[in-house]
Amino acid sequence: MFGFAIRRLLQAMIVMLVVALLAFTLFRFVGDPVNQMVGIETSIEEREALRERLGLNDPIPVQFFRFVTDAARFDFGTSYQFRQPVSDLFAKRIPATLELSFMSALFALVVGIPMGIYAGLNRESALSKLFLSVSLVGISLPTFFIGILLIFLFSVTLQWLPSFGRGEVVEVGSWWTTGFLTISGLKALVLPSITLGLYQMTLIMRLIRAEMLEVIRTDYIKFARARGLPDRIVHFRHALKNTMVPVITITGLQLGSIIAFATITETVFQWPGMGLMFLQAVQNVDIPIMAAYLLLTAFLFVAINFIVDILYFVIDPRLRIGRA
Amino acid sequence: MPLFGNEDVKAAVADRTPDGSTEPRRSSMSAFLDSDIFHSFLRSKVTVAAALGTAILFLLALLAPWISPHDPFDLASLSIMDARVPPVWMEYADPRFILGTDDQGRDLLSGIFYGMRISLIVGFCSVIAAAVLGISLGLVAGYMGGRVDAVIMRIADIQLTFPAILIALLVDGAARGIFGGIDREVFSFWILIFSLALSFWVQYARTVRGSTMVEKNKEYVQAARVIGIPSVIIMVRHILPNVTGPVLVIATINLALAIVTEATLSFLGVGMPPTQPSLGTLISIGNDFLYSGEWWIAIFPGVALAMLVLNVNLLGDWLRDALNPKLR
Amino acid sequence: MKKFNLGLASAILAAGLSTSAAQAETLKFAFQGALNQLDPYSLNETFTLSALGNVYEGLTRRNENLEIEPSLAESWEVVEPNRWRFHLRKGVKFHNGNDFTAEDVAFSVERLHGEGSDLAKRVGAEVKVEIVDDHTVDFVLPGPNPILHYEWDTWYIMDKEWTEANNAVAITSASDTTPNHAALNANGTGPFKLVSHEPGVKTVYEKYDGWWDEAKHNLDGVEFTPISSDATRVAALLSGELDMVYPIPVQDVKRVNDNAGTKAMTGPELRTIFLGMDQMRDELLYSDVKGKNPFKDVRVRKAFYQAIDIEGIKRKIMRDLSTPSAIMISPFLFSKSGDFERLPYDPDAAKALLAEAGYGDGFSVGMDCPNDRYVNDEAICQAVASMLARIGVKVDLNAQPKAKYFAKVLASAGYDTSFYLLGWTPGSFDSWNILDNLIQCRDETGKGGAFNLGGYCSAEVDALADKILVENDPDKRDALIAEAYTLSNNDVAHIPLHQQGLAWGVAEGVELAQRADNQFHFRFVTKN
Repeated sequence: MFGFAIRRLLQAMIVMLVVALLAFTLFRFVGDPVNQMVGIETSIEEREALRERLGLNDPIPVQFFRFVTDAARFDFGTSYQFRQPVSDLFAKRIPATLELSFMSALFALVVGIPMGIYAGLNRESALSKLFLSVSLVGISLPTFFIGILLIFLFSVTLQWLPSFGRGEVVEVGSWWTTGFLTISGLKALVLPSITLGLYQMTLIMRLIRAEMLEVIRTDYIKFARARGLPDRIVHFRHALKNTMVPVITITGLQLGSIIAFATITETVFQWPGMGLMFLQAVQNVDIPIMAAYLLLTAFLFVAINFIVDILYFVIDPRLRIGRA
Repeated sequence: MPLFGNEDVKAAVADRTPDGSTEPRRSSMSAFLDSDIFHSFLRSKVTVAAALGTAILFLLALLAPWISPHDPFDLASLSIMDARVPPVWMEYADPRFILGTDDQGRDLLSGIFYGMRISLIVGFCSVIAAAVLGISLGLVAGYMGGRVDAVIMRIADIQLTFPAILIALLVDGAARGIFGGIDREVFSFWILIFSLALSFWVQYARTVRGSTMVEKNKEYVQAARVIGIPSVIIMVRHILPNVTGPVLVIATINLALAIVTEATLSFLGVGMPPTQPSLGTLISIGNDFLYSGEWWIAIFPGVALAMLVLNVNLLGDWLRDALNPKLR
Repeated sequence: MKKFNLGLASAILAAGLSTSAAQAETLKFAFQGALNQLDPYSLNETFTLSALGNVYEGLTRRNENLEIEPSLAESWEVVEPNRWRFHLRKGVKFHNGNDFTAEDVAFSVERLHGEGSDLAKRVGAEVKVEIVDDHTVDFVLPGPNPILHYEWDTWYIMDKEWTEANNAVAITSASDTTPNHAALNANGTGPFKLVSHEPGVKTVYEKYDGWWDEAKHNLDGVEFTPISSDATRVAALLSGELDMVYPIPVQDVKRVNDNAGTKAMTGPELRTIFLGMDQMRDELLYSDVKGKNPFKDVRVRKAFYQAIDIEGIKRKIMRDLSTPSAIMISPFLFSKSGDFERLPYDPDAAKALLAEAGYGDGFSVGMDCPNDRYVNDEAICQAVASMLARIGVKVDLNAQPKAKYFAKVLASAGYDTSFYLLGWTPGSFDSWNILDNLIQCRDETGKGGAFNLGGYCSAEVDALADKILVENDPDKRDALIAEAYTLSNNDVAHIPLHQQGLAWGVAEGVELAQRADNQFHFRFVTKN
């Protein structure tokens, strides 16, 4: 167990290093940061001086080494656009992204699971066909288009919900801001959460449906039925329980991708989170922010992968023999 | 757009448990011809409709140059004075443009035919590229096991941290930096293929790896090995046919996902250029005119995109259920 | 943002109530870009300077019609040709309570010339500052300069004591590892104080009661949010969430006007949009013509000019919110602009010119274009591409975000372009700026007219520019400028397209001044 964990940890670190290298190398080619930091009338000599000062003229390996050692200390440098430490900026943006991600995951689960169960149990019913069709429309339209249509309908036409931002936020402690405690904050969460969660909802619904379809055909369920247990107990105590393992795994894995893919939703709704900051950083060639964002999402994925691996190792004894 | 397809997640779950859901499947090409499948196909009206719809849309895309009333790529034929003409049933319409025109005076109907063609070409090319890459790596990983397997699967982990959108942004930037002034129209196309393929191959690799791990311990493979048949031949001739079913399912769903992702990338400005628009490019152009009452510029391509993706997805769904032995 | 007291659940309610009560006199507005940092000398960019202009003030300011007015300086005179004397306003206090004195002016000049300053040209490097007394300052120039103070409305005066006490004498630079106090805080003399600033998220201002001037606005506070998506920004106005947004896309002007409770304010902007062609290289970087450069032939440049249907662009792309231009400067900034006329749109003449120049079968050329910088920039480039297609020129359009576009076409990348679209507002509102930056000869590294991307070069025009710089008589000066424009127009140095229009969206009950330089000042706002 211990050896396995150590091996995985080492692998994870190598992954992070490679991601850092890739991110860093590619960023050297995305536009010219100096042009973003100065106005249009700045002379070439001044631009060159700035380039020198930023270390952009150093050999690439030197710049990379500096980058990695700093990143290991959570120092991602200073943002070119905001002139603030990148770590501070992220600290301020993380609550917004996490609350949005949490709400969209919640939406996906609360709506997706019942729909999936129903569609799995009543395979041929008209309602499950409707669920399936609606869910398919959900994944057939690009996220940004769904978001814009929602704004058009609920903000502009009906004027029920806000079209941008987080509403009134409340500071909890010194480092967290939340939109959960005000009416305007909650209202502001509705449209972005649906936009972001729609795809995950579809995914969960379809997965549960598929799992249910498989499970209710197994001998285990057939026996339970044969024993005369009522449908409700068979469905929920026996069948659903069996479908939950993959669902939990996927929810875990999807949480990472929700956070990563919040970029587009955040752009459409001007949600002040990390994703919006990342996209703006790409447009403004703010290399420190781009690098930090990629490392952060990479870290998230690698960490979740690592935890899932360890969990499987703990849960499934066969693996210990299989992979030792 | 999130990157996991259903299959991918299941594969991700499966490849951690040696005998998870990727239990040996029947050779799927023969399964295809199974009367059961044809039966299930014909029984489902939705599937028949979806197949028909897909066929029609593919045909329209294929025949675009011959059936379109105008050539939207011929810049010399565009006149700015024809810009933003509404569809024929509205006021101020022009009978030359059935669905109206966009902001450059391009006929929307022709634009949609051509855009669909481009979306499909991007989709197919990226799916093929991803499948070839993913299947090869999956086969090698599953067959060789050990260190090779570990390296490939770690690369897959790295890849997962770079969703298609980030890859496209990065590749686009890097390619511009390296190559500078390449023909923009060709250039965007290859960037898209490359980015999409790079972000979709993992699904194939994981599925194929799982199946390969199961197959390689079977007696016939062991026997083939003993009599000295080269690994490559064993992989291609004996293991590969066993995975075509799931691969086909992933490919179908990926085709839909690729088309949607391309549209999202157009929104972010790294999709096909406006001089050679895909459906996604048309939608993101039209977005700017949604509030001003010129809804047709975004809505018609949007409907076309939704229909295309929906039909392909429905086919993928049916294929998945039909090829799943547990449901029979 | 409110502090949340975990002990008092009612605090939430109170917070909600107090904000809704305060909203009545608060102006909420959005702009497409962000206010990244607050150091008044580190970024020479219209929006940053405009937003800071509510907190800080210069010695001069410009009114609604962009006329120069006294601000922190009550008056000024040219005592000798090379010596300007500024009489400073008495009794002005900074937001922290410090007095405004001549020391602050001298300090601000010094800081303006510090390393990392993006506005150093506001006061020439050779200009000496002499403090006469607490409220009088002399500027000693190396030579006469009639337009010395033209850009001083955006050179903001900082408090020496505050800046020194907060360790912010050095200008905020991106290589700093610790944030500069002046990048996150502001202490000016202007009509509004900064309450909080979260870069890229929200900036809150509050009325400054101790302002020296009589307030014409009736605001208690202002809340700024950047919203980059056009559709979301317009939606936020239409849904009544915001009092003002800018810019709004030209196509949405009608919608905003038709919507109950909102209106669109449109007007001319000073920025001129134009096309440029590489006339310097012996062979174009992006073309199928090898061994020679077609743009070196004035007939080709003229053919391009005449192929462009500027009225079509105006009507269909700009929706009449543009003014076609015959010269490189706005008619508001040059008295003789009425004397100039565009070459007529004439595709047949253009074809003939191309044939005459030996390109009867046309040729191909790569075009660079930004897609998020100017009003409908990409749509204009596309239209140009199809118009040129009609005379046989195949344009390969490369439209990209401004970060990538500028990184490619400017001096820093060696002017990597053959044909491009650019916009220019002369910061001094004067033609010399145009001649200096866009028309003057340059070398490969950008010495000379650094933004003359195409490398047009005429010794005659350059000689005129030198005369214009030192000419004090306005009539003679304008005649010289007109001569320079005539010469460069005859050479088709650039193809001027139009001055783009401003389009702001405003909620009903909000009155404000729309300045043609696209600056938004809260002091002109009233809200009912």
